[in-house]
Amino acid sequence: MSDARADIVLHAEQVTKVYPGTVALDKVDFNIYRGKVNVLIGENGAGKSTLMKILAGVESATAGRLLLEGKEIAPRTPREAEDLGIGIIYQELNLFPNLNVSENIFMAHERTARGVVINHREQEKRTRELLKQLEQPINPRTLVADLRIGQQQIVEIAKALALEVQILIMDEPTSALSNAEVEVLFRVIRELKARGVSIVYISHKLEELMQIGDYVTILRDGRLIAEAPMQQVDLPWIVSNMVGRDTSKQYTPEARPMGDVVLEVKHLSVPRRFSKGYLLEDVTFDLRAGEILGLYGLMGAGRTELFECLMGLQEYESGAVVLNGQTLNARQVRHRIEQGLMLVPEDRQREGLVQCLSVRNNMLLASLKSYLSGPALSRRKETQAISRYVDELSIKVANVDNLISSLSGGNQQKVVVGKALLTHPKVLLMDEPTRGIDVGAKQEIFDIVVQLAKQGLGIIFVSTELKEVLAISDRIIVMSKGKITREFSRADANEHALVEASAIGHGVGSNNGAIGA
Amino acid sequence: MQSVQADSPSSDAVVVRKKSFLSVAGRVLIQLRAFVALFLLFAFFAAINPSFTSTSNLIILTKQVAINAILGIGMTFVILTGGIDLSVGSIVGLAGMIAGMLINEGLVLPMFGVTVYFNVWIVIILTLIAGMLVGLVTGTIITRFNVAPFIATLGILYVARGLALLSNNGATFPNLVGREELGNTGFPLLGAGTLLDLPYSVWIMLILTIIAVFVASKTPFGRQVYAIGGNERAARLSGVRVKRVTLLTYVISGFCAAMVGLIISSQLVAAHPATGDTFELNAIAAVVLGGTSLAGGRGTVFGTIIGAFVIGVLRNGMVLQGLSSFLQVIITGIVIILAVVIDQLQVRLQQRN
Repeated sequence: MSDARADIVLHAEQVTKVYPGTVALDKVDFNIYRGKVNVLIGENGAGKSTLMKILAGVESATAGRLLLEGKEIAPRTPREAEDLGIGIIYQELNLFPNLNVSENIFMAHERTARGVVINHREQEKRTRELLKQLEQPINPRTLVADLRIGQQQIVEIAKALALEVQILIMDEPTSALSNAEVEVLFRVIRELKARGVSIVYISHKLEELMQIGDYVTILRDGRLIAEAPMQQVDLPWIVSNMVGRDTSKQYTPEARPMGDVVLEVKHLSVPRRFSKGYLLEDVTFDLRAGEILGLYGLMGAGRTELFECLMGLQEYESGAVVLNGQTLNARQVRHRIEQGLMLVPEDRQREGLVQCLSVRNNMLLASLKSYLSGPALSRRKETQAISRYVDELSIKVANVDNLISSLSGGNQQKVVVGKALLTHPKVLLMDEPTRGIDVGAKQEIFDIVVQLAKQGLGIIFVSTELKEVLAISDRIIVMSKGKITREFSRADANEHALVEASAIGHGVGSNNGAIGA
Repeated sequence: MQSVQADSPSSDAVVVRKKSFLSVAGRVLIQLRAFVALFLLFAFFAAINPSFTSTSNLIILTKQVAINAILGIGMTFVILTGGIDLSVGSIVGLAGMIAGMLINEGLVLPMFGVTVYFNVWIVIILTLIAGMLVGLVTGTIITRFNVAPFIATLGILYVARGLALLSNNGATFPNLVGREELGNTGFPLLGAGTLLDLPYSVWIMLILTIIAVFVASKTPFGRQVYAIGGNERAARLSGVRVKRVTLLTYVISGFCAAMVGLIISSQLVAAHPATGDTFELNAIAAVVLGGTSLAGGRGTVFGTIIGAFVIGVLRNGMVLQGLSSFLQVIITGIVIILAVVIDQLQVRLQQRN
């Protein structure tokens, strides 16, 4: 035990982070072992990224403490964390597209002559070395905007390497990398380990984690579930800890009568814009009235693109969207809404809500014309419509004229759902409707979804959380790399099969076979 | 976790109630802040100079305010979408020149070899349409070609001013009284006439204010303007015609600017091509003083009117006190900055709560 303790370079103790309306981390203990790859696993919203942001000084913990080499630290900015030897590669790319590769890598850490003038030659030399290590022959003077996404991710990695930190956090570093690039990254990780650098590695790709990880820590719903050395565990153990043992299908919606086919998607294809391949390739499926169709896939699987096509936000090269027997030709969002499609967007803050408006105005935004009486909006009609859905969705709000930002995450999401329902859709597209809301609110959203299906709405429910997709869907389609890889009925679906189907085309090394085991 | 869940409903409700009180109080305060400033300024000048509250001075003051307030109304819509309209001053000048030309020289139609003179009503309508057309061009550049509003309207600022200068080779159209035999007399009445002792320009301001408040708060268009300024993507995903609504705000702004151009050239009974220079800055100042956020989505037409009055009272009072005009400019600038600083503090306070 004492040996293990000595090997821990950083120990997070009882870390808690509370956001308005949700507990992101609940008394989590987390160890980073020296010179090891410490894998952090959990579904979206489990609290992985929040924990990493606290370590990297982006966020500060509500309670708990961080011990670096036994000494308490409290980095308040990423710069302070770097000074303590903690670096992070973020999930989202944090690059400046308008600057070149070497300028990006040395941003805020410029190599200067006498502290004034940037020594470009020195920076570019070091950049070339780093990129050589990563086996990417990119010219240091190339604008980042001109790189493809995978290369940008490499630059992001190079940026973190340039800091020469002792603890390096990698938050989904491979989401945009090809298999060959992943192999290179793994080699670099092994080299870093050999130099005593400790790695924290987050990914959704379980095979990858099995391959590179030394220690595994599992979070679920903001709580620490398990920690173990990788040799002692296998994939089923990880999956069952990640999703919870008895949670699948615990939510059993009562049987509903299904109506006729309401939506048909036929051979939808969208090519990538700047490279070969497809964002969506020959996607075909249909949806019945009253049916909840689950759509599962990893990041980049094409879920978002599919919804964008359905809503008229994205042009498709070929294929058709047929609603109630009519092919939809008008390709603008408002036409699609009029025709009966409505989206509950993935990112509530950026796409779902207007923060500076009231609950009322957010909820009515998509259906304003319904409340006209002459040229003016009728307060009476508005209030009628709103109070119906405030009741039906049980939105907790003291006064609908309060700012939307005064509500908790779950209630904000219900407002977005209410906004969608006020357009009287025939098909509701729900993109991660439970993201960033607490467990109780999730349950309520589930109830609402089932209720809506009962009323005859066709619902497509997208989630990256296995448990949710399994719990609520009548039928599940799984996407990977822009294609539908498998379709499951409710009875056939299980975690392993979904994970396996979502990884088709992603395979790294030889671990693919392990999943079925 | 268990305890958190158990506690959350009750504590949630309390938090919601508290916040609602604060946000209501906060919103009232944002409105009141400009009011309080206006009231204090007014009381201050009234106390130190009795002639400030004389009827004749108050009418002069209101006439000055009307110019800025009308421009501010159009500017408010533009700024609420997150845009800016730097071209309004130039449109004021151009509109005056168009009206002046139509009255003094008529519309020359070379292909028919005739010159048409319109009666004053038609002149006014044509001028307003011209203003809206300029706004339409600006809005089209912004929405169809994705040019930043600052740049697009800066360009139009030059173009419209150039057109105003070009229209009469940089010269004034003097003496816009029209001629009896052409049936186009009466233009000066717009600037000089009164109804119930109030100048027409003040009535125009009042009517436009009422319409604008109605449009902003009671119509789908108004709501959509706020939504676009607050979150353009969310607005688009809600089916809002973002481009069309944005474009219309520039048309409204062009209309308001043309109205001001008519009023000023009528008051002066002459159209000068340099009229309206830097008016856009005064209008922006009125909007900002009225509590409208330059980032868009937050603010009111009524706030802008108050803002225009704050600037008007300040100027008028300082003139009456015989303050150096240079000093006046400095003080105006300081007041604008102070107002926005207070606004920011308030926003931060609200967020903290």
